[in-house]
Amino acid sequence: MTTPNAAASGLVQVRDVSKTYGKRKALDGVSVSVAQGEMVALIGPSGSGKSTLLRSITGLIPIDAGKGTIAIFGETVQSDGRTSRNVRRSRAKLGFIFQQFNLVGRLSLFSNVMLGALGRIPGWQGFLGMWPRADKERAMAALHRVGVADYASQRANTLSGGQQQRGAIARAIVQGAQAILADEPVASLDPVSARKVMELLVELNQRDGLGVIVTLHQVDYAIRYCKRVIALQAGKVVYDGPSSGLDSETLIGIYGPEFEDAFWEEGAKA
Amino acid sequence: MSDVALKPAAASPGAVPAPPQKSMAAWAMDVLLWGGLALVLIISFGPVDMDRFGYLFTNTENIRIYGRDLLRPDFSDIGRLIEQMWLTIQIALWGTFLAVFLGIPLGLLAARNIAPNWIVWPVRRLMDLLRSVPDLVMATIFIVAVGLGPLAGVLALTLNTGGVLAKLFSEAVESIDHGPVEGVRATGAQRLHEIVWGVIPQVAPLWTSFALYRFESNSRAATVLGLIGAGGIGQLLFENIQAFDYGQVSAIAIVIVVAVTLIDMLSQAIRKRLL
Repeated sequence: MTTPNAAASGLVQVRDVSKTYGKRKALDGVSVSVAQGEMVALIGPSGSGKSTLLRSITGLIPIDAGKGTIAIFGETVQSDGRTSRNVRRSRAKLGFIFQQFNLVGRLSLFSNVMLGALGRIPGWQGFLGMWPRADKERAMAALHRVGVADYASQRANTLSGGQQQRGAIARAIVQGAQAILADEPVASLDPVSARKVMELLVELNQRDGLGVIVTLHQVDYAIRYCKRVIALQAGKVVYDGPSSGLDSETLIGIYGPEFEDAFWEEGAKA
Repeated sequence: MSDVALKPAAASPGAVPAPPQKSMAAWAMDVLLWGGLALVLIISFGPVDMDRFGYLFTNTENIRIYGRDLLRPDFSDIGRLIEQMWLTIQIALWGTFLAVFLGIPLGLLAARNIAPNWIVWPVRRLMDLLRSVPDLVMATIFIVAVGLGPLAGVLALTLNTGGVLAKLFSEAVESIDHGPVEGVRATGAQRLHEIVWGVIPQVAPLWTSFALYRFESNSRAATVLGLIGAGGIGQLLFENIQAFDYGQVSAIAIVIVVAVTLIDMLSQAIRKRLL
């Protein structure tokens, strides 16, 4: 098993990035690169900076000024604390999945999935909600693929967490995302829905060849679904390698002596 | 493991602390507040003629004569009354409708989570100005501009209500959940798309409710505007008061009460369904 060391044209290139909130360093000189087609888990105790890293990659959070740079598919998203002017074009290539789904609750599930087309169609069409027919069909196909097509006309806030999260994945599919960034996608879900969502991400990775970067609380999920694991602790990368290389000693180094708390399902690992 | 959970709850050592007491500063604040209110009331006693309060009970004869006329409403001209009431409602309708279109851009530009501070501040001052100029003054200005009649009333209501709605709209926008907006942003959408698809769906029911509520109060305000020649039932009311025709005045008052109550009930029913 090899850990691919992505070239500059890979999916994500993070170089020497720091992010400070007040006095606390959420990210401290982080350098990470991920190649297209990889499935990577970002783990670490809460407050270790994994969400901050993921959100910085899409430019939702501005990083500290300085020498740090972030590039997606070879295009700079942020450098020297400034978000690039092309950030929207880069964002359109990435599907982002949030812990709280971030669907618009009062819109139907279908409309929410249609929003994925906003980055591709002319601005005025998106403004008026005049979705092209082909995009509508793509939306239904995506909803069907993730298994929630029956709920297309229901308001998003009437659906369960698992159904909403699958809708969010459908939105990323309609968006034509070339890679998926998922920030704690299963942390607010019950174990059955969580497994379903993780399996969808794996399927997108294996069948469609999308790169997937997912932050996870649960080490057992990281090991089960992802080949490569990057661990953060206090804003620094403390492990970057195959998930099979995560032994108890390494985990104690990441989470401290109570590392077993970071497993969701009992008896996942000795 | 489980024996830890079964330990008695009152395990913390030491004496039970005394219940919290009001501090001296809180007492002083109370005295200042209530004392201040009492002082202002005493100062205002003379200027508002409170000493003449007793006349309410000694001048019963005058009230009786006035009341007798009022109790005999003169509905002979009911067709005209309803026609003029309808005109008043139409003034309120157009005034509120135009105010919504004024309130939406101003409300978005005055929301701190949407617009930068250097825009928010001047827009808010403009809204303050619109709200603080009384309808009546606003209407007089428009009477000069577009002449006596309903349009002056409509425009006065538009500006005043526009200011009020903008403030209510912007407060609704400031209390939205940021998550869905971020969700829309993450698809690579433009700024305007974030507002149309992330913000507006969240505030739409509240905005509609505010607009309906303002329509209710505008149908009352439009009546008052009639007094200065903006047309409608208010103008009729004023003319009849000046002619001491209390039978007519009474009929008009009844029409207004019935119409405004109906509008209140209708709009409340709609608002209830929205929220």
